[in-house]
Amino acid sequence: MTPISSSLRRGPAGGTRLQDAARHSRQRPRRRWRQGLTPWLFLLVPLALLITFSYVPIINMIVYSFTDWDGVSPDYTFTGLENYVEIFTRPELFRVFVASAYYLGAAVLQIVLALYFATVLSFNTRFRNLFKGILFFPYLINGVAIGFVFLYFFQEGGTFDTVLRLFGVGGEHLWLGDPDLVNYSLAGVSVWRYMGLNFVLFLGAIQSIAPELYEAAELDGANRWQQFRFIIVPSLRPLIGLTAILAISGCLSVFEIPYIMTGGAGASETFVIQTIKLAFRFDKTGLASAAAVVLLVIILLVTWLQRRIVPEERVTS
Amino acid sequence: MTTAVRARVASTLKYLSLIVASLVVLLPLGVVLLTSLKTSDELAAGSGPLTPPGDWFNLANYVTAFEKGRMAEAALNTFVILVVSITGTVFIGSAAAYAIDRFHFRLKKLIVGLFLFATLVPSITTQVTTFQVIDQLGLFNTRLAPIALYLGTDIVAIYIFLQFIRSIPISVDEAARLDGASSFAIYRKIILPLLKPAIATVVIVKGIAVYNDFYIPFLYMPDQGLGTISTSLFRFKGPFGAHWENISAGAILVIVPTLAVFLLLQRFIYNGLTQGAAK
Repeated sequence: MTPISSSLRRGPAGGTRLQDAARHSRQRPRRRWRQGLTPWLFLLVPLALLITFSYVPIINMIVYSFTDWDGVSPDYTFTGLENYVEIFTRPELFRVFVASAYYLGAAVLQIVLALYFATVLSFNTRFRNLFKGILFFPYLINGVAIGFVFLYFFQEGGTFDTVLRLFGVGGEHLWLGDPDLVNYSLAGVSVWRYMGLNFVLFLGAIQSIAPELYEAAELDGANRWQQFRFIIVPSLRPLIGLTAILAISGCLSVFEIPYIMTGGAGASETFVIQTIKLAFRFDKTGLASAAAVVLLVIILLVTWLQRRIVPEERVTS
Repeated sequence: MTTAVRARVASTLKYLSLIVASLVVLLPLGVVLLTSLKTSDELAAGSGPLTPPGDWFNLANYVTAFEKGRMAEAALNTFVILVVSITGTVFIGSAAAYAIDRFHFRLKKLIVGLFLFATLVPSITTQVTTFQVIDQLGLFNTRLAPIALYLGTDIVAIYIFLQFIRSIPISVDEAARLDGASSFAIYRKIILPLLKPAIATVVIVKGIAVYNDFYIPFLYMPDQGLGTISTSLFRFKGPFGAHWENISAGAILVIVPTLAVFLLLQRFIYNGLTQGAAK
């Protein structure tokens, strides 16, 4: 969301002039009061929804995180920092971050692949649109359908094992049952699913680079790698920064695919699955809220760090 | 190596990588398509995943999946939720963007800040307490629960509209105002029509998100009769158990509309996503 925030802070160009015009015409007080009301009429519904579905939950979450509420009974007691102490002292509650590491690795792979394919397909390539469509399409597919497709794909003696055998790698593997393998399998699915989106975003950004830049570089004798290194990468830097931050918050909030495919059992349990289980299966709303607050703080911290490290810059091309 | 040879090697490697990547994408989907056309006897007899079906036109599994999976009902539910929440998002987002960009008022900075901060909070983290809100409003197990959440938590749409409104010259508004148009008339007759490209973007981004969402309908509408495309397909796990020919048919049924829309609207989808995410 980085570019958005910057343009917001720059402030609108319009507004003022309209208001000045209103002031100059020296309207009667009632009319002016009504004009002051107008923006609020437009904002009434958006603000009501924002407060009800974003801020009330955030505030409640913070309040509940200091209680022992079970989510059902009418009363609860404040327990201070007990929930937070529990989160940081029970190692099994922290184990879920191990799963996040696999998804983070997958995200790095995904960005690298997306960069490669975006670069390749932005130059003359036959069947360009066909390849573009194929690589992008998984992003549009329903998550539950993807879950089933890969449940079948990873079955013992299923598609993946059969293909591996074609290449002479024998054996049947419990791709989703073996705790050492399950997170590789699931992270692989997330690369399959999301690579296309990053690829299309990068492709759009590369195509907005002025063609004269390449021409000038070619005249100077730059080869493809140098063009990539000194023209494409710098102009993609803001977008790569954005993708990285989305990847980090994404890999902390993985839910759908592991929940559908393994039910979040064993090693494949992620932070969100654990939180949902705590809240809705074990009725520990207080503890679940504290966990969610911890996740929120981590994500805000990462966002802040990213802004410090990759300052926003307008690329002049 | 001469440069000509090197260029040819590079080009071969490039196409090779593209073909391998395409196979990686298509193989899991293709295998499910093959399985959906096989009979349960064929699968029981140990037909390998890459073996073609005996009868390429065996659609029996699709009929079973469609009827027993209550897919017609699911499609209707999804459609209702999709239309209401997309229409709502367009009006709410554009109204908020209009107010923020075209007016100066007290607390404006605070309000912009509130919208901004909300984008940083992944909605999945607050789900536990959002659940309480939905429950207290009496929306649990109604179609209004996902609609309210899709409307209330879509802040990205506001930003997309904001970007576009900013590019509409303010003189257009002023001219209309001199002609005696009220703010509402300006919004309805001038701003909304000029926002068409932004509306297309929002419709596409939102449409993809709502059609594919699993989490919200799963959590807020557990009622059997309120299944959406995602949750109805998820329920295949129970009754069909290990009947992969039926599950595969269900998955293909859900994927085919997406493929059709993608092939029809390709260019708009790419543009929409680029604008939605990067702006």
